[in-house]
Amino acid sequence: MGWMGASAFRRARDGSVSLVLHPDEAPVLRGLLEQLAELVAPPEPADDDPLAALVGIGTTTSAPEDPVLARLFPDAYAEDELASAEFRRYTETSLRERKWADATTALATLDAPGPTYPLDDEQVNAWLGSLNDLRLALGTRLDVQEDWVSQIADLPADDPRQVLFGLYDWLSMLQELLVRCLR
Amino acid sequence: MPDCRLPLAAPLASAPVEAPAELERPESTGQLLPDVPWVTIVWNDPVNLMSYVAYVFRAYFGYPQKKAEQLMLAVHHEGRAAVSAGSREEMERDVVAMHGYGLWATLQQDR
Repeated sequence: MGWMGASAFRRARDGSVSLVLHPDEAPVLRGLLEQLAELVAPPEPADDDPLAALVGIGTTTSAPEDPVLARLFPDAYAEDELASAEFRRYTETSLRERKWADATTALATLDAPGPTYPLDDEQVNAWLGSLNDLRLALGTRLDVQEDWVSQIADLPADDPRQVLFGLYDWLSMLQELLVRCLR
Repeated sequence: MPDCRLPLAAPLASAPVEAPAELERPESTGQLLPDVPWVTIVWNDPVNLMSYVAYVFRAYFGYPQKKAEQLMLAVHHEGRAAVSAGSREEMERDVVAMHGYGLWATLQQDR
């Protein structure tokens, strides 16, 4: 899809994992991770309930209207709205914090000079989570189906979604390489 | 229904790998209907990579590679699969962990 193909996750003989990026690719990933961090950041806690804020209990009880957020923070009960709402109240804030922390941790690794970015275990897990969250976000926006390669083929060459599908393809390749490093 | 499932004890960032060999887990205290266990269902979706889903089953549940791949294939081909069973509290913990990994998961009673 026109991406440079230089990027990869690599595992050294000592088991350490690093990310290798073309200089043009690092800013692309940085931009995506910044958007992700913004997207998943927990809403500001209400001032009137400091205890709830302290223990991470939110006020959100309904699934987000944005389909991307609804995919990242799905209902826990398929057929029980009340139980889903209760579950969400007790879990969504900490889930958002975790995803935000992953995106922020992954972002910070790109502060290294490059083109090789060494990662410790925590940073590897952060990349694994954030790459998946990015693919879920992009995939939901693009309404990606199982056979998305033919979805791309059916798009007109000048369709703006071509670029997004290209990103999705590239992120998928990166995630596949990272999973292979963990075997 | 009485609230028997809070708080969710396990910190998300360091989900314990308990490595159960089988789907069944030890009985927990406080379970209302011990004869009707709860299950965590993972649903198929077009985004999550097959290799990643198998990795999650291995990393979080501690399942051996073969079992992780069988469960992943069941999700992929049948649209859903029960990946763990136990008390409601345990299943809520598993579901929130699955959501943390980006898998689409729900819990229900296994009737």
